[in-house]
Amino acid sequence: MSRSEARHFADDAAPLLDGFHEQYSVHLDKFDGPMDLLLHLIKKNELDIYDISIAVITRQYLDYIKLMKELNLEVAGDFLVMAATLLHIKSRQLLPLDDQEEAEDEEADPRAELVRRLLEYQQYKEAGMVIGARALLGREVFTRAVTEPFLLAAQNEEGPLEVSLFELVDAFRVLLIRIPVESFHDVAPGDSLSIADCINEILSLLQEKETVQFDDLVRDELTRERIIVTFLALLELCRLKLIRIFQGDRHGSIWFVPAVTQTLSEE
Amino acid sequence: MSSTLSSIIESIIFTSDSAISTDRICDLLDEFERDEVRAALSELAEFHEARGGGFELVAVAGGWQFRTRATYQGYVTRHIKARASKFSQSALETLAIVAYRQPITRAEIEHLRGVDCGGILKSLLEKRVVRILGKKDIPGRPLIYGTSKEFLEIFGLKDLKSLPTLKEIQALDEVPQYERQEELPLGQARAVPVESDLPFE
Repeated sequence: MSRSEARHFADDAAPLLDGFHEQYSVHLDKFDGPMDLLLHLIKKNELDIYDISIAVITRQYLDYIKLMKELNLEVAGDFLVMAATLLHIKSRQLLPLDDQEEAEDEEADPRAELVRRLLEYQQYKEAGMVIGARALLGREVFTRAVTEPFLLAAQNEEGPLEVSLFELVDAFRVLLIRIPVESFHDVAPGDSLSIADCINEILSLLQEKETVQFDDLVRDELTRERIIVTFLALLELCRLKLIRIFQGDRHGSIWFVPAVTQTLSEE
Repeated sequence: MSSTLSSIIESIIFTSDSAISTDRICDLLDEFERDEVRAALSELAEFHEARGGGFELVAVAGGWQFRTRATYQGYVTRHIKARASKFSQSALETLAIVAYRQPITRAEIEHLRGVDCGGILKSLLEKRVVRILGKKDIPGRPLIYGTSKEFLEIFGLKDLKSLPTLKEIQALDEVPQYERQEELPLGQARAVPVESDLPFE
């Protein structure tokens, strides 16, 4: 069914959707999720959030989902979960509470949990708007632009940036992209490289030189296997706190220094 | 601005690429007492505050930086492209949750928002405003997320404590209610049980 047909169908599908359709089709992508939709429905019906009429809200909520389906929009599972929650609340409201249950359960109102979540969600929604309304760097406010290479180089002398795992993984990915995928059917390659060997290799390299670059480590043998083993060895060395990892500048090459130099010199 | 120390500090801040911390300035100027440096810094801040001008000295991400005043955005962007990444409403919402509730897992964020947040979290990570803090010591060892230094820089915050508190944000919303209550003659304001059962301050 094409979109226009869907629209047409939606128009005369149910009298319930009269007016509803026009109002909502404009806003369809506005809702960030079931909580957002619920808040919207509460506000639209001018309901007190502490005293929601579950029947009204549920009907409108389900109508909305129906509309989404009629417009051939994919209804995210999250919306269905909320629909189930609403129906569950309504059914609990309909059932009489027995005394024992009432005594046990202080939150006798089955809506309490939903209201709590809605209020909390509303807070963060507003907090998001508040922080989004701040003067953002690069949007409202600007700093001096330092792009001259010599200035950047001068900055580097001050001290390296310590990198996060993310950047290490990024460097690794960049390296892997550079290497073409080898396609061969050799199941058992002659000599496989162990991580332990690689660790020893790196450590002995670090004894000769103060700093080693990631690229240096894999330059001689640019294969996927080599790079992966090197990467794992580095992670292991990091975990053992034997090396420290730095990045010269953003998107620069990553290099390592032994973490133990200082303790050795202190001794 | 009277003292030379203020001028020295001003020159250092002017030349640094990113926000420079008070500690770093103190380290660089070891011939001066730390208290002197601090005093000169606040003098400098006051000077720039009083000066007006096209740029100001702001405390962001635990350091000091010269930034243009937001008022002149329209003019600055005539010759510099705005390069800020755009944040959608849902991204801001997610970012707010991470900022206020960190350290937080993805499941906790999704519970609060009632919707899948994987894609949004990924883009926030790529924009470097959110970072992975580690893994939570519960079954499944899920990743825990927090905000980064870039978050403070981009949003012009001195530190996380300078985020508006959720109570302040809520208060913005409640003003009309207070007005309505004052107008009621008998003061039969309905009780709004906000404080008691909510986990935030």
